[in-house]
Amino acid sequence: MGFSRIAAVVLRQFYLMRGSLSRIVPLFAWVAIDMVLWGLITRYLNSVAAAGFNFVPVFLGAVLLWDFFTRVMQGVTIAFFEDVWSRNFLNIFATPISIAEYLAGLVFTSIVTSTLGLLVMLVLATSLFGLSFLAYGIMLGPFLLVLFLSGIALGIFCSAVVLRLGPASEWFVWPIPALITPFAGVFYPLATLPPWMRSVAYLLPPSYVFEGIRTIIGQGKVDGGSLLMGGGLALLYILLASLFFRRVYRQAVRTGLIARYSAESVS
Amino acid sequence: MRTAPEIPRDTPGTDQAEPTAETVSPGLVLTVSGLRKEYGGEMVAVDNISFAVGRGKIVGLLGPNGAGKTTTINMILGVLEPTAGTIRIAGLDIARSRSRALARTNFAAVYAPLPGNLTVRENLRVFGLLYSVDDLAGQIEAMLERFDLQRFRDVKCGLLSSGEQTRVSLAKALLNRPQLLLLDEPTASLDPATARDIRCKIREYAADSSAGVLWTSHNMYEVEEVCDSVLFLSRGKILLQGDPKLLPHEHGKGTLEELFIAVAREPLALGEG
Repeated sequence: MGFSRIAAVVLRQFYLMRGSLSRIVPLFAWVAIDMVLWGLITRYLNSVAAAGFNFVPVFLGAVLLWDFFTRVMQGVTIAFFEDVWSRNFLNIFATPISIAEYLAGLVFTSIVTSTLGLLVMLVLATSLFGLSFLAYGIMLGPFLLVLFLSGIALGIFCSAVVLRLGPASEWFVWPIPALITPFAGVFYPLATLPPWMRSVAYLLPPSYVFEGIRTIIGQGKVDGGSLLMGGGLALLYILLASLFFRRVYRQAVRTGLIARYSAESVS
Repeated sequence: MRTAPEIPRDTPGTDQAEPTAETVSPGLVLTVSGLRKEYGGEMVAVDNISFAVGRGKIVGLLGPNGAGKTTTINMILGVLEPTAGTIRIAGLDIARSRSRALARTNFAAVYAPLPGNLTVRENLRVFGLLYSVDDLAGQIEAMLERFDLQRFRDVKCGLLSSGEQTRVSLAKALLNRPQLLLLDEPTASLDPATARDIRCKIREYAADSSAGVLWTSHNMYEVEEVCDSVLFLSRGKILLQGDPKLLPHEHGKGTLEELFIAVAREPLALGEG
């Protein structure tokens, strides 16, 4: 693993962000809007619901964690899209960089960008709406880790899809988190879902996180085994997504797609 | 119909042990043997070509559009997998030692400009890290000076003229002091004075560093001036090869340009088939 090559991928993203408001603002803007919107909704729900139930950690906390998951995923995909948009594949992949190094660079970029977004969300949620992460106890770390790993897996998978189908297919990628939301039980228990949706939910690592949050808040206990299952699934998906990316890349080298990618080549 | 043997290909960077690395023909920086690329089992873009580039030599890869020049270069760069054949860069088989082979290579092509949303210096820094260049800051300054780019160092590449972008691409191409330099129409967008200057610099580089250069161009005057030898490709095959100054007369033509036109229009008359 060549650290200078991983650093090159990260440095390129840093240079792009450093000089571009249109890249920096989205890191904060949408998550900030979500925090304010859902903060106000939970405040309203607290005022009309029976006393004793606090919607803030259930809803606002869930939105915060879901936004973190989507920011991680987009951290990977947007870094990849930068190479798509600037038609840089030929330059990049004609260097000694390996697929593992390239993906590692995308992941490190995502760590930085998603952490920035998380910090903004934490500041807003705690200062404006009194969200306390003490409610989740020491499980907050594992929750975030599972969501981070899940976001990385989805980001790598989506990048492979765009590499395979061509630049225009990025529009398939943007709505994917929204498509997952109903299955992941972000706002309601998995028991609410019809059986077929619940079967899908059990395959999604984030659903274990959100179920875990509700268990902690409602019953004050932690289902470690369930969270471990979520973490294991997320790791498995990272491995599968990386193998998928590698396979798509090799296919692209075989067919010549990498060399002529800029030609909008859906095949 | 030829059955193409399966060539073991690694993913980028995952070099495999190669006992013969660096031991094959020390005078040659590039050896291409039996190289073939076919698409879908029908369309043959490159058909069983073999050639070599010696250290300090500039070899012209010539031919009409669609002859297979860029396909050949893409295979040497590891971004296109051959259907058959081997490519060795400084003795390293690119199929087995891709990362190490490409660390000794670089390229500039008119169709592969550096990202326009980074400045000249930022691009050189990023690509310098990708090629693990020693003393990167010093090497970047040397390249900026060599290609007269100092005043553009903090200008985004997308704002440069096409000629200036070509010079940036060439600066990137020499950044890692490659043993093999691949240039696909490097002077296509340059004015005659700058083009001559660039030709001199590349010739100097090849002589000083003992690097081999594979150069494609449609400018036969340039080819005659720069190349030690040329290969004429037509329909994926090497039709002719030799000294660009002698080759036209050997085939009854007055100039290299006339020979080029003959290759493009009457390849059968010159030995194809």
